[in-house]
Amino acid sequence: MNSGLKLRMVLLGAMLGTAASMSVARAAEPPLKVGLLEDVSGDLAFMGMPKLHGSQLAVEEINKSGGILGRQIELIHLDPQGDNARYQEFGRRLLNRDKVDVLIGGITSASREALRPIVDRTTTPYFYTNQYEGGVCDASMISMGAVPEQQFSTLIPWMVEKFGKKVYVIAADYNFGQISAEWNRKIMKDLGGEVVGEEFIPLGVSQFAQTIQNIQKAKPDWLLTINVGAAQDSFFEQAAAANLNLPMGSSIKVMLGFEHKRFKPPALNNMHATANWFEEIDTPEANEFKKRWHAKFPDELYINDMGYNAYNALYMYKALVEKAKSIKLEDMRKVIATGDACIDAPEGKVCIDPKSQHTSHRMRLISVGPKHEVKVEKDYGTIQPYWLGEIGCDLTKKNDKDQYTPSHLPKKS
Amino acid sequence: MSAEVFSVFYQFADVFAFLILSAAGLAIVFGMMGVINMAHGEFIMCGAYVTVGLVNLGVPLPIAQILAAVTAGLIGVLVEFLVVRRFYKRPLDSLLATWGLSLIVTQSMLLIVGSAVRGIGTPEGSFAVGGYTFSTYRLVLFGCAVAVLAGLYVIFMKTRFGVIARATMQNAAMAKALGARTGRIYAISFGIGTGLAGLCGALYAPTMTLIPTMGATFVVESFVTVVIGGANVLLGTAPAAVFLAMIRMALNASYGQIIGQIGMLVAVILIIRVLPEGLSSVLVRRGR
Repeated sequence: MNSGLKLRMVLLGAMLGTAASMSVARAAEPPLKVGLLEDVSGDLAFMGMPKLHGSQLAVEEINKSGGILGRQIELIHLDPQGDNARYQEFGRRLLNRDKVDVLIGGITSASREALRPIVDRTTTPYFYTNQYEGGVCDASMISMGAVPEQQFSTLIPWMVEKFGKKVYVIAADYNFGQISAEWNRKIMKDLGGEVVGEEFIPLGVSQFAQTIQNIQKAKPDWLLTINVGAAQDSFFEQAAAANLNLPMGSSIKVMLGFEHKRFKPPALNNMHATANWFEEIDTPEANEFKKRWHAKFPDELYINDMGYNAYNALYMYKALVEKAKSIKLEDMRKVIATGDACIDAPEGKVCIDPKSQHTSHRMRLISVGPKHEVKVEKDYGTIQPYWLGEIGCDLTKKNDKDQYTPSHLPKKS
Repeated sequence: MSAEVFSVFYQFADVFAFLILSAAGLAIVFGMMGVINMAHGEFIMCGAYVTVGLVNLGVPLPIAQILAAVTAGLIGVLVEFLVVRRFYKRPLDSLLATWGLSLIVTQSMLLIVGSAVRGIGTPEGSFAVGGYTFSTYRLVLFGCAVAVLAGLYVIFMKTRFGVIARATMQNAAMAKALGARTGRIYAISFGIGTGLAGLCGALYAPTMTLIPTMGATFVVESFVTVVIGGANVLLGTAPAAVFLAMIRMALNASYGQIIGQIGMLVAVILIIRVLPEGLSSVLVRRGR
């Protein structure tokens, strides 16, 4: 009994000793936990896979070069399989049980909106890494992708000038498609153009003979295609087979869904998009990045823009934490408020806008040719995510936790 | 004017072909045999993937499509032997078993083949009527749908196998007592059903994106067509498809795809409420 107690005391002493020496050696600090929610099965798996890969690549690189504030990163990835209820369930699990230090992910805008109220109840920062329909004014969320003022305000005037004033819209029937169509209506109105038809398509619909005919009846000059998912992408094949032959513009095609790699040419001929990233970008920084990616994932069909943004998100997180010298959201937001939250990304320097917590991007307008070759038509340089700031969202002063659209603006106070 | 008339026919033919081709296999497996085959979409996916694989190997498209249907049929016979056979008297368990099979198959395809496969492109050919242009291949699909209906009629109404098969489905014990090899009949019927599902995938493969979950886009339509068609496959499925195609086409054309889909499903609910036995019950009663 007595000797047993002694032994325990000795053991306890030894443990305390090691604990003390551990806190001296920085490398032995517990790793930072990064929660990642990305679909790698289900309907959007083909887009989600590059997001997982981008995150894995960034984590590996950051860990090799010493981690964040000397701490290694542990990536905890869960696969919500495109199910919004599962996004919420897994989001709660990562935030409350695994106590992750940062949450990243979400593909569709529906999944992001499902997740956001749960994130808002915590003090954990959340990075959304897709381009999207814009408008989220929420202090917990940092958006890494491009938004309408970067994508539509560039693309639509260009399409109108080049092809004409009549547009027909086919859009996926959920918040992303509906709000994007609203943006199109507003910009077309400002330009004196005409929306000759709008068709919202339920997710999962794959047959488009009637849509193609409706388009021919309306006689537009060009099409805005913001259809989403593998089933709806069948539109391109069916439109090409029916010889529809209209110029197309989009905020998600080519750089995000790599339809030009998935369909046989010339199904995507005459598609246009504005993007901060597409794999065909030919700059030394981009080529270096692509080389590293393909070395780690040789089977990757295409490095899409959300995979690229997912990669950047971890570097942005690293930059924020190291400048703030803290992993607390409020300290990181103080860095954002200085306007000095920037990283050197493969596209060039990108910064977080203090008012909206969205990211500035170097935008290029690309077109797809008959052999599915991608050409840069116009380089817009860096465009700020200015819209939210202009309409009165200022996260440095007030946390709205709301999503604004051209028809849902903040109340003037 | 003639362009408008033709376009109405074309749109009807397009929806009709989609409903018939996606439902034909299920009409046999579910309608006749009573197996709630939740893996129906995966047999369609199988047909599509085999077609694309063979075309990429240099096999001409029509031959690849026939081989794909045969492959799906043979796999169906195997699945019947290994799994479905044990569940003929437990229809609800067959639902679970085939659903499990469907999950296993889609996940395995995702892991083995990857999340997306490059398409092969629709065969060339379009024609113009008035101001509209149409894809020739969509009319080929319509022709195939009619041929499938005719083929089913011949097989199940005009051949010895058809008589025995119908006898087996109606009363297996009696058929067995009269010397029919019911086990084999079940296996072959199931194989024909999955083969037709494979044919559907093979025919639509050139027009669609191939992903492991692609079968899901066919499943709702195929089940509603079979359910409102009723138990009599030959008398039920075709009028059910005509009826649903007309509703969907009219609503699609006037109000767009959302209303088209909602309208079709509302029609299905109403029919099941009024005619729980399906459309074929009315036709059979009239026939007597």
